Amino acid sequence: MSETYEPVIVGFLCNWCSYRAADLAGTARIKYAPNMRSIRVMCSGRVEPQFILKALRNGADGVMIAGCHPGECHYVNGNIKAKRRFVLLKKMLDQLGIEEERVQLLWASASEGIKLAEKVNEMTEALRPLGPLNWDEKVINRNNGYKAAEVLPVLEEA
Amino acid sequence: MTEKPKLAMYWSASCGGCEIAVLNIHEKILTVDEVFDIAFFPCIADFKTKDVEAYPDDHITVCLWNGAIRNSEGEEMAHLLRKKSQFMVAFGSCAYEGCIPALSNLTSKEATFDTVYKNNPSIDNPEGFIPTTSVQVPEGELTIPEFYHTVKSLDQVVDVDYYLPGCPPEPHQIWAVLQVIVGALLEGAPLPPKGSIVGVSDVAVCEECDLEKGEKVISRFYRPYEIVPEAGVCLLEQGIVCMGPATRGGCGALCPEVGIGCRGCYGPMPGVEDQGGKMLSAIASVIGAGDETMEDDELEREIQAVVDTIADPAGTFYRFSMAHSLLQRANVNGKGEAA
Repeated sequence: MSETYEPVIVGFLCNWCSYRAADLAGTARIKYAPNMRSIRVMCSGRVEPQFILKALRNGADGVMIAGCHPGECHYVNGNIKAKRRFVLLKKMLDQLGIEEERVQLLWASASEGIKLAEKVNEMTEALRPLGPLNWDEKVINRNNGYKAAEVLPVLEEA
Repeated sequence: MTEKPKLAMYWSASCGGCEIAVLNIHEKILTVDEVFDIAFFPCIADFKTKDVEAYPDDHITVCLWNGAIRNSEGEEMAHLLRKKSQFMVAFGSCAYEGCIPALSNLTSKEATFDTVYKNNPSIDNPEGFIPTTSVQVPEGELTIPEFYHTVKSLDQVVDVDYYLPGCPPEPHQIWAVLQVIVGALLEGAPLPPKGSIVGVSDVAVCEECDLEKGEKVISRFYRPYEIVPEAGVCLLEQGIVCMGPATRGGCGALCPEVGIGCRGCYGPMPGVEDQGGKMLSAIASVIGAGDETMEDDELEREIQAVVDTIADPAGTFYRFSMAHSLLQRANVNGKGEAA
């Protein structure tokens, strides 16, 4: 492939901090990787594991969850809840064979447009060497793709 | 009287508990026998595949299919019985969402074979033989079904009319469902819409559970052997992983009420796609570590310490629903390690 692979990142950004950080990055005309598709949520604590799993299954190569710094949550501790889910989800995703670079949690306050832009750049570059996740093709349908000879030593004829 | 409706029950990757559950409706099984002709039920009567092949299409009124699709035999029979049946019921957790057989979706076919046929203390197989789909012997070729890489639920292979969850489904629920079917056949009563999940309630297991529930703040989770639960108190509150909050009721909360955490066999709540994801959310919300005064490092450390006490999140939260979950299987190499 001559074209560079462009990973698709789904970003869940909290309304009060990180979405504003992204806004700030925009108004400040900071240039950063266009790979993240932002979805505004009211709080990082709103992001259910199902959202992340669904994004990964349906074509995202990575998911970024971004919220307010601990202690700065608009709802006091929504971001702490997000962190608890995130730590447990990471453990489960590891069992499911999903690399840890693919799901990241970031704290970015409304003034941290530059930080958000940098993190998106970093994550994009971290995902590039991993290649597309492409779950349906690479994981679900591998049954058919597996070459029998690779897998099963053929039983010697008696 | 016109001819009786025909009943079939067949198994693929399952334990046979579903058949026992059907027989567990006790004397009502005689009513089932009065109403139905048994057309195919290898567990209790002698039938062969060729008998089914000889039936005209839609000959069987109701087929109760239990078991996940693990190999080519299961898939072939599912297609055959679908063709010959008017109503295909995914009976029990394996057919509905993969159940225990689908836990092997967390590893690979090769690793499974390795454990089952080679590296196992009770196996003596110095030549390292493992099954192959065909082998030549002096008398000719012998064939066995192909073992698939991924376990599927029934509806991932054929069209399914109704789902009856449970591992196994509770006898009173089986009877209730049979009554609806019989009512429809004999008296023309309406059937539930196609695709319905039947024999369940629409509330979580917690709603049906009588244990006393208070606030849950868990600083350490226990595996079943590590703790003797206090009677009468919510198990999750005591740090025992109980799938009640993320599991559909209908069973009457039998397990938690005898001190065993709900395993989740009735599947996700209505409208929920991924039971494991929901359970992960529920468990994370009761973790009593970390607060808003902490710096990120400390926060992570504290939460990680509690998460470390959950031995196998994927296997626990998806114990019954792996095949039907959003990701469906793990991305692993031939050794069963993360690919």
